[in-house]
Amino acid sequence: MASSIANGGGGHEALRFYLTKTSQFIAVLATTLLGLVAVTFFIGRVVPIDPVIAIVGDRAPAHVYERVRQELGLDLPLIQQFWIYLKKAVTGDFGNSVLTTNPVMTDILNAFPATFELATLGTLIGTIIGIPLGVLAAVKRGSLLDQFVRFIGLAGYSIPIFWLGLMGLLLFYAKLGWVAGPGRIDVTYSYLYTPVTNIVLIDTAMQGQWDAFWDAVSHIILPACLLGYFSMAYISRMTRSFMLNELAQEYVIAARVKGLSEFRVIWRHALRNAAVPLVTVIALSYANLLEGSVLTETVFAWPGLGQYITNSLQNADMNAVLGGTLVIGTVFVLLNLVSDLLYRLLDPRTR
Amino acid sequence: MTRLPKFLLSAAMVATMATSFSAVQAATPPDTLVQAWQIDDITSIDPAEIFEFSNSEIAGNTYERLINYDVKDVSKIYGEVAESWKISDDGKTYTFKIRENKKFASGNPLTAEDVVFSLQRAVILDKSPAFILGQFGLDKDNVKDKIKQTGPYEVTMEVDKSYAPTFVLYCLTSTVASIVDKKLVMQNEKDGDLGYNWLKTHYAGSGPFSVRDWKPNEVIVLERNPNYEKKTPLARVIYRHIKETATQRLLLEKGDVDVARNLNPEEIAAVSKNPDIKIDSAPKGTVYYLGLNQKNPNLAKPEVRKALKYLVDYSAIADTIMKHKGEVHQAFLPKGYLGAINENPYKLDVAKAKELLAQAGLKDGFTVTMDTRSTPEITGIAQAIQSTFAQAGVKLELIPGDSKQTLTKYRARQHDIYIGEWGSDYQDPNSNADTFAANDDNSDNAKAKPLAWRNAWDPGPLTAKTRAAVMERDAEKRAQMYEELQKAVLDDGPFVVFLQKIEVAAERKNVDGFVMGPSFDTNSVAQAKKN
Repeated sequence: MASSIANGGGGHEALRFYLTKTSQFIAVLATTLLGLVAVTFFIGRVVPIDPVIAIVGDRAPAHVYERVRQELGLDLPLIQQFWIYLKKAVTGDFGNSVLTTNPVMTDILNAFPATFELATLGTLIGTIIGIPLGVLAAVKRGSLLDQFVRFIGLAGYSIPIFWLGLMGLLLFYAKLGWVAGPGRIDVTYSYLYTPVTNIVLIDTAMQGQWDAFWDAVSHIILPACLLGYFSMAYISRMTRSFMLNELAQEYVIAARVKGLSEFRVIWRHALRNAAVPLVTVIALSYANLLEGSVLTETVFAWPGLGQYITNSLQNADMNAVLGGTLVIGTVFVLLNLVSDLLYRLLDPRTR
Repeated sequence: MTRLPKFLLSAAMVATMATSFSAVQAATPPDTLVQAWQIDDITSIDPAEIFEFSNSEIAGNTYERLINYDVKDVSKIYGEVAESWKISDDGKTYTFKIRENKKFASGNPLTAEDVVFSLQRAVILDKSPAFILGQFGLDKDNVKDKIKQTGPYEVTMEVDKSYAPTFVLYCLTSTVASIVDKKLVMQNEKDGDLGYNWLKTHYAGSGPFSVRDWKPNEVIVLERNPNYEKKTPLARVIYRHIKETATQRLLLEKGDVDVARNLNPEEIAAVSKNPDIKIDSAPKGTVYYLGLNQKNPNLAKPEVRKALKYLVDYSAIADTIMKHKGEVHQAFLPKGYLGAINENPYKLDVAKAKELLAQAGLKDGFTVTMDTRSTPEITGIAQAIQSTFAQAGVKLELIPGDSKQTLTKYRARQHDIYIGEWGSDYQDPNSNADTFAANDDNSDNAKAKPLAWRNAWDPGPLTAKTRAAVMERDAEKRAQMYEELQKAVLDDGPFVVFLQKIEVAAERKNVDGFVMGPSFDTNSVAQAKKN
């Protein structure tokens, strides 16, 4: 950094800055992923589960068992197995999943969009409702509204999500019939469109299948609201505490003294400053949902990443587990990068 | 900026309201049967590899075999693809006459060539279920000479010994002997794999339905095969993977699925009160048992083995934890199999158990562990057994674990007691006798590892008797031999068999003709319809 300042020259400096940043990022990404692979790989190999049974089943005769064991390279030393895996992984070959027989990458490309769709919608709902609620609670501290926000936050932390999910299904699906049941889309519509992005809402809308689109919406709305509720509980609570902090600052008093409207002081000045740490909070909560909310996905029969990885884990399908872990790791690092960039955008001091 | 939050809030509210009104309330279409089922055990839909519950059922509805048995009376074997068959006097040559004018779903004609190809292919690919055919001395190297086409519609199969005909025929009713469309499969062959990598995820059969789509862990869609002789009433059958049983119940009660396959006993009790829902059930060829490892010096004592058989409250387990899903059964052959004995000599008798333990020099009981899969059912049963064992001073420590984990330990003979399920591999009594009553080599590095081996038990003369029973060509004598084997294992074996599995399906009232047979590949939707 110091050298770039010494060299001066605006354009060069910026270029050099971004180059350093990029290489730093790549280094971080590579180390993180390597660490992740190593840890997951070795844990996967030391657990007392025989991966061969996952493939051939309990009843296979001895020679079939032995053949598959050798095919998997399980007779080689652990380090050598790891090296072989690593070499393949670098070229994008994560092996085949035992459970689905597909290449792991294909499976993940199928499962991830389902999770992405749900998590994005959930985070949107959580953010759009959570921030204003948090701001209002901070402004009207101690009021009924504040109590209410705190109650919602507490409930969001303490109620198990699968219970809330089942109750939601019972009420809005079974009793009231406002929304459609578990699954991403009704079977009647599922063959009306061709999956392109595997994000059902986008695929159906792009292909003009509006009946299918609305069916998909009525399927996703309940789980998305549920995830939205949990992320809202977190976001509103954090917004509240950030805002309380900002509202006590001197610049707020100064702004008030200058005669700015209360609305402007709160929404324009205080919130803008609180937004900087909030970005991290939202990114974290988003990353959390992207990991795949296993319980929500199970209750709503949502074929996402969380279900995929859990299922693979239970079946000792280590290729799938490793591949899934790597994807999650990458997503985490990427989201960190995005929130880093947003930081710079929002806070001139960090530039 | 100032108006943004308000605008977004109202937009979100409008969006939520709009969607709730447009929610589509779809009952399932009248020509489509939708089932909610846990189908995450499916790893392949190639009949040469199929060996799990769910894909066996799929194979049963989409492929045909040479011969099959009547689900109401399993002793009646009939021809499916075969019109008739002859067995040579020495019992070593089986000649099958194939039905003419049959067609695959693809439109290709079904001939003797397809039959020969399918059976040879299963043996050559040598996947897990191939041993069922391998038992008659067929292997990769000799199968081309042993199974031959002897006419456009005639196939002969040579076996190495004169086995009991029922044994050979029952083995041929298993899914591994399904007939595949040679032309279609070979069009998709790559690097001499006999179409294996293609058929794993595709379909080439002649059954009542064809497989239109399989998305792992999501859905399997079957569609009417237009070339099948007896047109199916349903155009489509859809199996949706619904892992959570409470969700299955909701979907069923709402009418979004027609059949729910995995409800637990409480859920079954609850939905049976719903006038729109009926319950159907069928005993399956699966038994629940405790395996007592003979490497444990206490469990190796005959009195202790017997005492533990008196320390299980059989009827309480069947009537509460496993209500609707199991019935008391203590012999290793499930009800419905040739020679099965259905009398259950043991019941909870603490005094008798104490007496036996005292004879074994364990008056004050002993401590022992049990590897227990963490499923609600198995855990429930294990806890019930723990409490009855305790009544005689036997302290049972439960070691919970995931299924693959406990199985790995069991297969390595490192358990004390293992609580497990055993489903027959094929409809013949040899399938269970071979594993419960025979053990050719009890050493640690034995080649074959039947359940008797896993529990380190040498059944002595029972092994020879099991081998003899499979050669007995007189069906009545054969049945008698199996009765004797079961009695011997009941009396002294290291297995506490306590339950036979019952499969339950909860169906909407308008569903008719979904037949559940004694095995999973005989669960049939071929004649199912919706009224």
